[in-house]
Amino acid sequence: METVSRSRCRTSRYFPWLSSPLGALGVGTAREPKRITPVTIQCMDSNDTVSCEQIGVLHKRFKQLSHNEDTLRREHFNAIHDLAWNPIRAQIIEAFFDRRNLIPPGEGSMEEIHLEEFLVVMSHFKPPSLSMTDEERDSVRREKLRFLFNMHDTDNDGTITLEEYRHVVEELLSRSGHIGKETAVSIADAAMLEVAGISMGHMEPDEFYEGITFEHFLKLLNSFEIEAKMNVRFLNMNASTVCY
Amino acid sequence: MQPCGFAYIWILCSVLLIFVVLGSPVVNETVKHQNSSTQENGNNSRIPIVSFRWEHVKGPYVVAVGVLVAFLSKLVIEANHNVTSVIPESALLICFGFVLGFIIWGADKVELFKLTPTVFFLYLLPQIVLDAGYFMPNKLFFRNIGTILVCAVIGTLWNAVSLGFTLCVCQKGGAMGDLDMDLLHYLLFSSVIAAVDPVAVFSVFEEVHVNEVLFILVFGESLVNDGVTVMLFNTIEAFIPLTKPIDFLDILRAIVSFFLVAVGGSLLGLLFGLMLSLLTRYTRSIQIIEPGFIFVVGYLSYLTAEMLSLSAILSTICCGVSCKKYINANMDERSVTTVRYAMKVLANGSETIIFVFLGIAAVDKTLWVWNTGLVILTLIFIVVYRFIDCVCCIGVFFLTWIMNKFRLIQLEVIDQIIMSYGGLRGAVAYGLAVMLDEKKIKEKNLMVSTTLIVVYFTVILQGLTLKPLVTWLKVKRASDTEHSLIETVQNKVFEHMLVAIEDIAGQFGHNYMMDKWNHFEEKWVAPILMKPSARKNQDYVFKVFHRLNLKDAISYVTEGERNGSLGLIRNQSGVIELEKKFAQKSSEAMPDIMANMGDELGAVSTLGREPWPSVSLDMHEQKGAKQTEDISHHLLQQHLYKGRKQHRHRYSRSYIEVNKDKKEAQEIFQRTMRNRLESFKTTKMGLAAKTLTKYPKKLHEHKMSSGKLYRYANEDPDIAEEEEDSTSSYEASDDSLTMKVLRKAEAENEKPTFVLETEAAESTLAPPWLSGTEADSNAATPSERARERLPCTPSSIRRAPSTESVAQADAADVEDSSDEELALPSTPPPSTPPPSTPPPSTSPPSTPPPSTPPPSTPPPSTSTSPPPD
Repeated sequence: METVSRSRCRTSRYFPWLSSPLGALGVGTAREPKRITPVTIQCMDSNDTVSCEQIGVLHKRFKQLSHNEDTLRREHFNAIHDLAWNPIRAQIIEAFFDRRNLIPPGEGSMEEIHLEEFLVVMSHFKPPSLSMTDEERDSVRREKLRFLFNMHDTDNDGTITLEEYRHVVEELLSRSGHIGKETAVSIADAAMLEVAGISMGHMEPDEFYEGITFEHFLKLLNSFEIEAKMNVRFLNMNASTVCY
Repeated sequence: MQPCGFAYIWILCSVLLIFVVLGSPVVNETVKHQNSSTQENGNNSRIPIVSFRWEHVKGPYVVAVGVLVAFLSKLVIEANHNVTSVIPESALLICFGFVLGFIIWGADKVELFKLTPTVFFLYLLPQIVLDAGYFMPNKLFFRNIGTILVCAVIGTLWNAVSLGFTLCVCQKGGAMGDLDMDLLHYLLFSSVIAAVDPVAVFSVFEEVHVNEVLFILVFGESLVNDGVTVMLFNTIEAFIPLTKPIDFLDILRAIVSFFLVAVGGSLLGLLFGLMLSLLTRYTRSIQIIEPGFIFVVGYLSYLTAEMLSLSAILSTICCGVSCKKYINANMDERSVTTVRYAMKVLANGSETIIFVFLGIAAVDKTLWVWNTGLVILTLIFIVVYRFIDCVCCIGVFFLTWIMNKFRLIQLEVIDQIIMSYGGLRGAVAYGLAVMLDEKKIKEKNLMVSTTLIVVYFTVILQGLTLKPLVTWLKVKRASDTEHSLIETVQNKVFEHMLVAIEDIAGQFGHNYMMDKWNHFEEKWVAPILMKPSARKNQDYVFKVFHRLNLKDAISYVTEGERNGSLGLIRNQSGVIELEKKFAQKSSEAMPDIMANMGDELGAVSTLGREPWPSVSLDMHEQKGAKQTEDISHHLLQQHLYKGRKQHRHRYSRSYIEVNKDKKEAQEIFQRTMRNRLESFKTTKMGLAAKTLTKYPKKLHEHKMSSGKLYRYANEDPDIAEEEEDSTSSYEASDDSLTMKVLRKAEAENEKPTFVLETEAAESTLAPPWLSGTEADSNAATPSERARERLPCTPSSIRRAPSTESVAQADAADVEDSSDEELALPSTPPPSTPPPSTPPPSTSPPSTPPPSTPPPSTPPPSTSTSPPPD
């Protein structure tokens, strides 16, 4: 058991806290997820107590959301009360069912997810540790941006086209109520123009910008300290937040 | 002016100041003498024609001249940039204060220039604090509030208590000789000196540009610890006459008093802030004094807290923080600008005065009581305890407990070092020390002088070394604050995402709280405090969008104006003359632009810095005096709009007049179109060819424009427009040139032989970049697919399109765009430039054949003027 987890550690070393227990369970492949009972979630690495705690917390939450079933479906997410306010709820829920966000990225989307997938998606929001080398930081950053990118790129063709981007901006601004759809479209267009300018450099007059590729996406958000921002604490979950 | 020139002026003024002060008694006597002599001379009590009444204005006069000198020293300092990049401004100001102090000392007028606690706490500090509160980055502050509070409360307490005890022990050990001080005195002293000073911290850290989290930690701490300082100071001072030992009840009282001081002050400030927000909802009718409310109410919040012996700083900070959002939304944009500037003027001014006076304070013989032991020990322990405080408190404390509770991102060790090193002491400590009662505390002067030494040490020495330290330790610096639109959008996406993840994970995290608060605020607070009309523009993404649009519009207008006007130069000869100038200028600028083409920052920004002379300058340069005068008259007549009814110069205290005449814009527009049409016709008649032959020297430039034109004729007008407006900000926006393009269009069609000639010449002579693009445009027309996509070229980003222009670009409708294009370069109304002006698109349409001039009637201006936001 222990040796397996160690080897898994190497494949997904950016998520040591996940890889140790989940790797042991063969989560890495995510093709044929096994059932996980609370008993099977145990900590391999004694140093990593916090993350074990986190997994426990998340597992509890998983059970809560799924009403003690083994899988989560979209309607479970839709039933989360607080999420109803969120303007980009659809994208976020979709991200949980997107195979691209799993550790060996797949394609297409799933109908239901198990705890492993749930944890893997959640692991994108893990705070970085202090003692990271620059290289590690870079890859963490990449990983997180990839998640964000996948959220925008709905048709999975490797680029965020103008339509896709417009869609996001429209949704984003739909909640504020005061801003019309046209404004949203023009904001999206202006942003896209900006993107084209930043990522392409000089363009010939008959060239057109296809959309944001991931490389451009990295470049665009260069000054955006995603590794410092894209973090959620998974501790101290209040068990009373029962979903409806 | 030369830097040394400033220095001379400064010295001159300070000498003047001394003379003013010194001269007063002398003048008084002479005046009296004269008065008496006149009375003696003639009994006829005539009214004196001129009377010199120095006594009458003496007080304010000295203050005003003193302030003037302080400001001038800032001027001198700012003029020497190579010095300020090494030595922080605050340190330099203190040094200027030293010099001034010696001058004053020489004049023996020390008592006139003392920084009394009353002046400092009631007149100088409030505006600095209000400024800090008003400009506080709220989100950042509240995100780090846990750390700030721990630093401010526990850290300051620790500093004060440990320093007090240590010094007391040292005295017992005999390190300081014979001093009449006991433990309470030392505690009092250390409580005065423990607190980090917001003024000093702000002025030093502002120049260092450390990352924002670090900045907000130090700065926030320096603001919040005022509560602790006031509490400690009041409590210990109250204890000092007591002879009985302090019992448990007293300590309990102190703790209660602390909470009262801090929480009460904050609540009071909040109250004032809400009041202020509510007030600004209804002040539209008295717009001109609207900004005054902010200052008055802010000041009142300070004074009220001071009156109730609550923490005045906390109160004012809370007032500023809480009202900022609402007053910005409620007030007119001009009022907001006024508030911002006035706030900065006041805060910066009083900061300058404070530092200069801190320097002056050094030169006071009566003050100085030197005790080497105390000074050295204090300095050492201040640094040491501050270091321990920061590293232990944040490092150890946080790592184990608070880190998990409040902070996701740990502070790095380097940040902690900078935090501890940035613990500067300043005028607040000095003010508190001067406030001590000499009857109760016999060693007051010793305390004051030691405080001064500490202040000088921290501000000058630490301030001086902070920058190299930051560089040496490779502390993360602040990134530029200008956010692009896409980053803003991403940020927004991000926030929602984090909230959603917390919701899904069932966490009550930071984002969750923030989201809940936002909802609460939007639902309950905003409707009460904010005008309904103002709530529209609250969305942050929209704000950035709006701001970028505004910037583009402004840069468009200034660009156009730099090149004459927004394209109204019609006079034939005038056009040519000006064109000559601009052609030279633009060809000079070209390599520059080329270098920037690849750069994402675009050409416009570099151009913006290019000091192009304005039209009038250009025309004066020209030697043909009579002709140019003619031209200038003509130009002025045509383009400087003179209203139908003469503008009434009326003085009104209650409002600033803005020309809101709608008709004016309309008329300018029509005039433009008429001119345009006329010149169009004249070029058709072959005038253009004439001018060309008349000015053979400008062949190069003509070639270029014709080359450009040729391309446009071949291209999809849609692209041409984008291309035009992007690649040629130097050229197309200059409307005199674009008119020429227009005329060239005609010339080309009418006189093919000429075109051929220039074509041939061009292929050999044109600069490579131009021929490159031309070859391109010759190669192919864009595909169908290309039309569907957003056509964009790199440097057009600077000209983020307005709603309309984007729509226009999207439409890709040939007829439409041709119509629009001709209408576009209308001048915006001179009074208020529209927030989002469409990009200058001046390329001639290709589809409508030029034999029929496209717009026989100018399209109605409403179709082209962008919708007001």
